[in-house]
Amino acid sequence: DICLIRSSGTHSSTGGSTLLGYIGIDTIIEQMRKKTMKTGFDFNIMVVGHSGLGKSTLVNTLFKSQVSRRSAGWARDEKIPKTVEIKSVSHVIEEGGVKMKLTLVDTPGFGDQINNDNCWEPISKFINEQYEKFLKEEVNITRKKRIPDTRVHCCLYFISPTGHSLRQLDIEFMKRLSHSVNIIPIIAKADTMTTEERQEFKQRVRKELEMSGIEFYPQKEFDDDMEDKSDNDKIREAMPFAVVGSDKEYQVNGKRVLGRKTAWGVVEVENPNHCEFAQLRDFLIRSHLQDLKEVTHNIHYETYRAKRLNENGGLHPISSSDTQESNL
Amino acid sequence: VLHHDRFTAQMIYEKQYVGFATLPNQVHRKSVKKGFDFTLMVAGESGMGKSTLVNSLFLTDLYKDRKLLNAEERINQTVEIIKHTVDIEEKGVKLKLTIVDTPGFGDAVNNNQCWKPITDYIDQQFEQYFRDESGLNRKNIQDNRVHCCLYFIPPFGHGLRPVDVEFMKALHEKVNIIPLIAKADCLTPNEIKKLKDRIREEIDKFGIKVYQFPECDSDEDEEFKQLDKELKECTPFAVIGSNTVVEARGQRVRGRLYPWGIVEVENQSHCDFVKLRNMLIRSHMHDLKDVTCDVHYENYRAQCIQEMTSKLAQDNRMESPIPILPLSTPDVDTEKLIKMKDEEVLYKSEVLHQMLCD
Repeated sequence: DICLIRSSGTHSSTGGSTLLGYIGIDTIIEQMRKKTMKTGFDFNIMVVGHSGLGKSTLVNTLFKSQVSRRSAGWARDEKIPKTVEIKSVSHVIEEGGVKMKLTLVDTPGFGDQINNDNCWEPISKFINEQYEKFLKEEVNITRKKRIPDTRVHCCLYFISPTGHSLRQLDIEFMKRLSHSVNIIPIIAKADTMTTEERQEFKQRVRKELEMSGIEFYPQKEFDDDMEDKSDNDKIREAMPFAVVGSDKEYQVNGKRVLGRKTAWGVVEVENPNHCEFAQLRDFLIRSHLQDLKEVTHNIHYETYRAKRLNENGGLHPISSSDTQESNL
Repeated sequence: VLHHDRFTAQMIYEKQYVGFATLPNQVHRKSVKKGFDFTLMVAGESGMGKSTLVNSLFLTDLYKDRKLLNAEERINQTVEIIKHTVDIEEKGVKLKLTIVDTPGFGDAVNNNQCWKPITDYIDQQFEQYFRDESGLNRKNIQDNRVHCCLYFIPPFGHGLRPVDVEFMKALHEKVNIIPLIAKADCLTPNEIKKLKDRIREEIDKFGIKVYQFPECDSDEDEEFKQLDKELKECTPFAVIGSNTVVEARGQRVRGRLYPWGIVEVENQSHCDFVKLRNMLIRSHMHDLKDVTCDVHYENYRAQCIQEMTSKLAQDNRMESPIPILPLSTPDVDTEKLIKMKDEEVLYKSEVLHQMLCD
């Protein structure tokens, strides 16, 4: 029951509206924020790449916490598994009043065997099983208020820094999975390459990705508007980010920095002249975290859903096959 | 094993001196005239820095015009064997160096038996040598046997991978294997130590017989013994190579320029390149050849003869004393050599004819 009075005068609220008096619509944003902070976020990130590329260390570095399944120590006593395993571990981390339930899905065994044919299948199966879980909840008559979201929002694919080009396995994996999950390719252990070598390698890798028709995240076709496109174009041109991870700190020029200490200097993880970790972090966490979830939900999940519903010709989900429960 | 020629000078003044102590020198002079040859194989996945390391070791530029294949092009690639030969001369000593490259190894999705073309190649060289050795004209036998195989282990792993174990086991009784940790500049000193320990452990565990440095002679001096001990404890060598020259500490050296520092290939506190080079070229090259001839080749030969005799016993037929294994068609180098030899023979017979007619 608000009375709108048109007035010419000195009152001008933001946006040039001619309303007199402050309604308070903009507080909705604040309300949403408060609610979101109360409920918290879920974020599920998968790491794929053969053993030894620093996957666990990188995720720990990204989230500045020991969120990976493995201990912070470098030495692994575990043997390479004979088939690809899917191991999830969740942690709740908090920052600025915002709680995030971060689930890291590890894929030990990928690419480590002599014969790696079809080693992507357990991964593909896992991703689809999460969609299936979500779908089942969605079509239920009595639905949970908040459907638990175990869908993989982002898959970090670790490229070995050979300096030459992508490996066949890289192309096989990304080709097959880029249509069911957001793939972010990154160049691991980038301190193997000089700045020049890194640029050349990136260019070659990007060219190969293009030639193979691999649409990595952020996908061109999902750019919402010109602003998005412009931002994302810049990011796409800089990808794949060449990163270094570390959970150790050293003193450099009077500051304590995360890095790797060698006989000839300290590789600083967050120094943009040394590697592109900071860019990856900003992109992944500070600007596109929510978008990753949205694309997963609105596009990848919907694609899966449409396919499933078409298969059945109806809304009844197929009776459950054995879905592999993730190990927590 | 190195022998220090300490006593020769002294002995010359002794009255009982016969003179055969100069034998090593005579051998040395003849060898220098004849020149040496050495065949080195490099194996490991693409991108391990094999070519760069070879160039750094021998100060060559063997791979100048190489075109790198991209992943699509490599999809149907099988493991190839490619030879590069280069003649190097230093202080009057000639070395004919052959590098046997193995592109495609370990690069496919399915790498089952990817070492087979390599073991076949090594066997073929043995077979050819066996044939030649058993033949009539043995003056110009070409020795293409592989004297040493540098195997590049990625620094990214946590030890040996299944493919590393299988490869080395398939080859350890055919060739001297020297495992190396490639691209070692991405590891901290601590990580290198852990990795080396781990690899040594696994080599033991899986019963892999890598090349063993021969024991020092007991009469070597302490310094030499100490160096030898350090060398042995340092394996597998963690190496770095470079095709570029950088400025470090006021000098121009082979190195890699990073934003955070400069890695010098020949700086022993940066990597084991110098140790590898000294071992491979300056102290153990001859031993590597010896072990190839005396152990690996002899094993092959004994095995062949055994198989033949058992076959003879079985079949009760007379067979040729030369074993028949699938031999690849001679490569370009061999064809050229055959042609050259043929021409030589022809020329010599013409000269002879001319002489007889005069």
